Amino acid sequence: MKTLFDKVWDNHIVAQEEDETLLYVDRCLIHEGSRHTFDTLHERGLGVAHPDKIFAFSDHYIPTDPRTRARGVASLPDPDIRNMIELLERNTDEYGIARFGWGDERQGILHVAGPELGLSQPGIVLVGADSHTSTHGAFGNLSFGIGASETTHVVATQTIWQRRPETLRISIEGTLGFGVTAKDIILAVIAKIGIGGAIGYAIEYAGSTIARMSMNERMTVCNMSIEAGGRAGMIAPDDTTYQFLAGRSFTPKGAAWDTALAFWRTLPSDPGAAFGKEVELDAASVAPMVTWGTNPEQALPITGRVPDPERETNAERRGEYAKALAYMGLQPNVPLGDIAVDRVFIGSCTNGRIDDLRAAAAVAKLGRAVVPTWVVPGSEGVKRQAEAEGLDRIFTAAGFEWREAGCSMCTAINGDQLTPGERCASTSNRNFQGRQGPGGRTHLMSPAMAAAAALRGHLVDVRELGGRN
Amino acid sequence: MEPFTTLSGIAVPLDEANLDTNQLCPTRFNKVAKGPRFRDILLHDRRFNADGSEKPDYILNQEPYRQAVIAVAGRNFGVGSSRETAVFGLMGFGIRSVIAPNFGDIFYNNSLKNGLLPVRLPGPTVELLIRQLLARPGATMTVDLPEQVVTGPDGARHRFEVAPLSRKRLLRGLDEIAHTQEYAGAIRRFEQSQASAFPWLQPAS
Repeated sequence: MKTLFDKVWDNHIVAQEEDETLLYVDRCLIHEGSRHTFDTLHERGLGVAHPDKIFAFSDHYIPTDPRTRARGVASLPDPDIRNMIELLERNTDEYGIARFGWGDERQGILHVAGPELGLSQPGIVLVGADSHTSTHGAFGNLSFGIGASETTHVVATQTIWQRRPETLRISIEGTLGFGVTAKDIILAVIAKIGIGGAIGYAIEYAGSTIARMSMNERMTVCNMSIEAGGRAGMIAPDDTTYQFLAGRSFTPKGAAWDTALAFWRTLPSDPGAAFGKEVELDAASVAPMVTWGTNPEQALPITGRVPDPERETNAERRGEYAKALAYMGLQPNVPLGDIAVDRVFIGSCTNGRIDDLRAAAAVAKLGRAVVPTWVVPGSEGVKRQAEAEGLDRIFTAAGFEWREAGCSMCTAINGDQLTPGERCASTSNRNFQGRQGPGGRTHLMSPAMAAAAALRGHLVDVRELGGRN
Repeated sequence: MEPFTTLSGIAVPLDEANLDTNQLCPTRFNKVAKGPRFRDILLHDRRFNADGSEKPDYILNQEPYRQAVIAVAGRNFGVGSSRETAVFGLMGFGIRSVIAPNFGDIFYNNSLKNGLLPVRLPGPTVELLIRQLLARPGATMTVDLPEQVVTGPDGARHRFEVAPLSRKRLLRGLDEIAHTQEYAGAIRRFEQSQASAFPWLQPAS
C-alpha cells in the first residue's frame, strides 16, 4: 500500500547512494531570479541537458504598470531591474530554453502560467527555482522549490539528489462557511501546525473539503505548504484535475491522453496507506482569517483581537509576539477589525487566479475603494479571462487599479512596493518583515477579505458586507 | 566546493526564532552576483539604517562578533523563500556553520551545496549555548564534522547527526555535478525506460 507521494517518488528513482536518492526531474521552472544558475553554468562551461524540459517565466522583476509594459523592456528606468529581465532573455536564448516573457500572451507568474500551459501534470516530478513551486502539487505530482545550486544541478543533469521526506496527511472535512475560502483554510492549517510544523514532510491534503475544491482553490492550498515548512504539498488527482488539464498546450492529446489518464487514475494514495503524521481540520470551524504578525502562523479569525504578549504563557512566544507587534505598529487587544490599512494588494501566485478575481469583484461591486487598491492578475491568461467576464470594469468602477500580470507587490522587487510604515491588506503569502518593501506591514487574507478592506479602509469581516448571491 | 572538516572560532548568538530568508537577505539583493558585496547584505535591514549607516546595537555590528565564524540561532532558521543569497550572505560574512533546533528545508539544502554546515541540536541545548555565549561575549566554539560533535564555550561536547552522503560531500569538498555525471549511464537508462512507459511526458518534437 502506497501513498501518492510514494508512487511518484518511486517512479523517479535513477539511483540510490547512502541516504540519498537521485531523482529524475520531468520539468524545471525558472524565472529572472535564476541568474545565479546561469552565472555558474557560464563559469563552469556546463551545458543544459534537456533544454526542452526547462521553462522560463518573466514574473519576479517584470513591471505591472500597464504604461510601462506598453513601452517595452528598453524603457525601464531602473537599470538593475532591466538587467534581470534581459539576462533571462539572453540566457534562455543561448541555451534554447522556452521563455514566457514580456509581450508573450502566455506570460505570467510561473505558478499561475505554468499550470495554464498544462505543464503541471499528475505523477511527475517538477522543480522550480522558487519556494512556492509546491503549488503544482495540486495536480497530484511531486513539486518543490529549490535553490540556485540545485537548479544548476537540475539543468545540467535533469536530476536532483534528495533525502526522502516523511509524509504528512492533512485531512480537511466539511463545508466551507459563507465568506470562507481556500486561503482561509490554508491560513488556519498554518496557524494550527506552525511555520515549522511540516519541515521535513511532503504534505498530502485530503478530505471532502479538498475534493470539492476547484483546481484554482487547490493551488491556493498547496501554494502555502512551504509557509508551514513543507517540502511539497500534494492532492490526489481526480476528475476536477483531468477536466482542468484537458486540451492545454502541453497536455497529451488523443490516444496519448487516454493512456495518460489510465495511469493518472492509479496515482491516488491506496486506502489504508500509512502516513508518517496525520493532522485533521474541521472546515466548518474556520472563519475568514487575517495575519496580525510577521510570519504566516501569526493568524487569527477576523473576529478576534490582536494578541496580548502579557497573556501568552509560553515565554519564547511572549517575546516573539512583542517583537511582531512592535514591527507591525499594533497595540495588544485591539479588535482586528479596527486595524486601518493604507493600501490593498490583490494578486500573487497564491491568489492571482480567475476564481480569486471573481471573488474580489463580487465584493468590489458593493462599494468603492477608499484606499489605493491594486488588482494584479497572475497571468496574461487570467487577465484576458477576467476582461472577457467584465471583471476589470467592475474593479475600475470601484476605484481599484487594474494592472498587468506579474509577482508585483508580493516580491516587491519590480518597482511595486510599500513605503516604510505603510500597512497593506494583501492576498500574497508572506508577511515577513520587509517582504513588501523595507518597513512595510503586511496582513495576509483572502481576495474577498482584501476587497472588503479596500471598501472600508480597515480590516473587516467580509461576511458583514453581505452580497451573498 | 570548499571542504568542511573542523571549524573553531568566535560564535555569535542570534537570539531569535524564525529568522526567515527574507531577513537573511532582503529580496532586493537577490539580483546581486555572488561576491564580496554579500558581507554587508547578510541581515542587511537589521544591521543598517535606511541611509546606509550601521545600527550599532545589532550584535553583528559589534566586536568581536564581526569575526564570527559560527552562528547559534533559534528555531525555524532560514524558513521561507528558496533564495540561495541567504547562504551567500552568511558565507560572505565569514560564517561557515549555523547551529539551530531546526532549519527551513530549502535553506538547509542550499547550505550544504555551498560548504556551510547547518547543525541541528535539541532546543534546550541551543538555548543553553545562546545563554553561555551571551554571558561571555567572544567565546569560541568548535564544530567538528568528522566526529559530529559541537564543543560549547564551556567545553561540553554535544553530538549531532548529519546525513551520511552530505557529510561525505562536505568532508571531501565533492563537486556534486561531477559526481552525478558518474551516473550518466543510469540516467540514460532511466530516460529510455520512461520514454517507453510514459510516452506522453516526452516533449513534443
